[in-house]
Amino acid sequence: MIEAQGLTKRYGRTVAVNDLSFTVQPGKVTGFLGPNGAGKSTTMRMILGLDRPSAGTVRIDGRRYAELKQPLRQVGALLEAKWVHPNRSARSHLRWMAASNRLPAKRVDEVLEIVGLTGVAGKRAGGFSLGMAQRLGIATALLGDPGVLLFDEPVNGLDPEGILWIRRFMHRLADEGRTVFVSSHLLSEMALTAQELIVIGRGRLIAQTSTRAFIDMASESAVRVRGPEMERLHGVLTGQGLAVRDVPAGDDGPAALLVPNTSTEQIGELVGRVGLVLHELAAQRGSLEQAFIQLTGGEVEYHAGALAGAGNGSPSAGTPAAPAQLTGPPARGVQTAAADATRGGDAR
Amino acid sequence: MTLLTVERIKLFSTRSPWWCMIIATALTVGLTSVFAATTKPSDLPEFTPSVTQFAFNFGLVVMMVMATLAVTTEYRFSTIRSTFLAVPTRTPALVAKAVVVALLAGIVGEITAVGSWGIATLIQPDAPLTLDTAQEYRNVFGVGLLYLLSAVLALAVGLIVRQSAGAVVIELIYLLLLENLLPAIPRIGDHLQHWLPFAVGNNFIVAGQPETSDGPPVIEGMPFGPWGSLVYYAVVCVGLFVIGLILAKRRDA
Repeated sequence: MIEAQGLTKRYGRTVAVNDLSFTVQPGKVTGFLGPNGAGKSTTMRMILGLDRPSAGTVRIDGRRYAELKQPLRQVGALLEAKWVHPNRSARSHLRWMAASNRLPAKRVDEVLEIVGLTGVAGKRAGGFSLGMAQRLGIATALLGDPGVLLFDEPVNGLDPEGILWIRRFMHRLADEGRTVFVSSHLLSEMALTAQELIVIGRGRLIAQTSTRAFIDMASESAVRVRGPEMERLHGVLTGQGLAVRDVPAGDDGPAALLVPNTSTEQIGELVGRVGLVLHELAAQRGSLEQAFIQLTGGEVEYHAGALAGAGNGSPSAGTPAAPAQLTGPPARGVQTAAADATRGGDAR
Repeated sequence: MTLLTVERIKLFSTRSPWWCMIIATALTVGLTSVFAATTKPSDLPEFTPSVTQFAFNFGLVVMMVMATLAVTTEYRFSTIRSTFLAVPTRTPALVAKAVVVALLAGIVGEITAVGSWGIATLIQPDAPLTLDTAQEYRNVFGVGLLYLLSAVLALAVGLIVRQSAGAVVIELIYLLLLENLLPAIPRIGDHLQHWLPFAVGNNFIVAGQPETSDGPPVIEGMPFGPWGSLVYYAVVCVGLFVIGLILAKRRDA
């Protein structure tokens, strides 16, 4: 189990991680999700005692990392695959790691076998492909047969086969009762890998929830309707007890109505019965990416060109807005994030 | 003991330490043999054990580079993070590294010194090269101790600077330029020179002997005798290493 309390890291005036508290339970794969630059790697380095927190504490099974005796037997970590001397062989790298925590030399061959690197164990690690280096990193993490495992963006740059292998592998580790903590900036990947999610943006905790709940919320569907007589249309729909939301004219087209939790069939028949003309009737389904952007909209460190101006919206305006939109229709995700950020900018 | 094994595996599982050891030995022994072979018969009476060590600084610089790289390549390739993951208190791992690197440098130093003296006796059997006095023993066997302490100093600089090129440049500029230029300052220069670490370190080897045209420089009026000089040099090297340890412990890896 990993417990973080009020974890904070400042670099000069920049706050990389801000008052972060969460727990990671054993027996499950817990995803650590956030856009690039959200503070995921910094948090992982603080868990492992590599970076000193500016405030707060993080404990692994009740103890700080520096207090662990022979830590490789309790915690395994893959933060970056390239933490290997390029002119050292894979076996030599594992051999000195094993020796440092008094692990038997035969364990080196075991983990090489597990990750499938036995054939290239004597080759220099500098010549490894990214996939091979990633496997060597995982072998390093597994050396001490630890109960807690941390992986930072383990599937980055891997081919589909490698991704599948790592995903299955992490499930197996969790099924064995270990604590598995995996970071990623890809929600779609996390949806398949993690049972629990810890979502952060700009170093703050946005949500700690089960992946199922997160996806249910994200993939809520809605119907977009538009016609020449918008006010009558609105009255007919609300008269049937449906929740209706006005969508102002924007990039999507002219002003329309958005009706969550319904189907195009239902609305089509309803409107046909009262003889109203429709110009548009379309189902909209939120994607995981949209939900993610919606959640972290105000919290992204580096916006791409189109949102660059909006991205500077003050965090104080963006932060309370983001969780409030959890219940809103996900289809509006992108626009909502942009619109909110603009508002934040106006407020200043 | 386990950590010494770890550092030994790390050091010998890459090729650069081997190259440094070979170059250091070949350079010093090679230069000495050329020197011995070209000495004129009339100069033979001045060909003393001290003169056979005239090239030891070349090997010393190479071994200091090796010691620096032993720590800076760990930062360069982030293996220092793996090291600190394995030994989160950090200090024991770094002390073990210093012990292994310094011992190796000391052994290489003795090999180059004895090798240089040995090859000189082979080439010029008639020269006065037998080791009789404590002075002459220090001339030859003292070199290894200087290598050992200099490796600690180089490791400390690497630990503080954490960057190969930067650390090596600082060491070379200090060793080859500053130690020679500072004494040129009027009035205080001479006084300053008596306290410069490498000048004092060299004094351990040459203290008390007359300066010869071919041998290493001898500085008059040093504050310490030979063993006092060695202690002073050791304090400087270990002191710098302790600063490096404190920084490594406090800084983010």
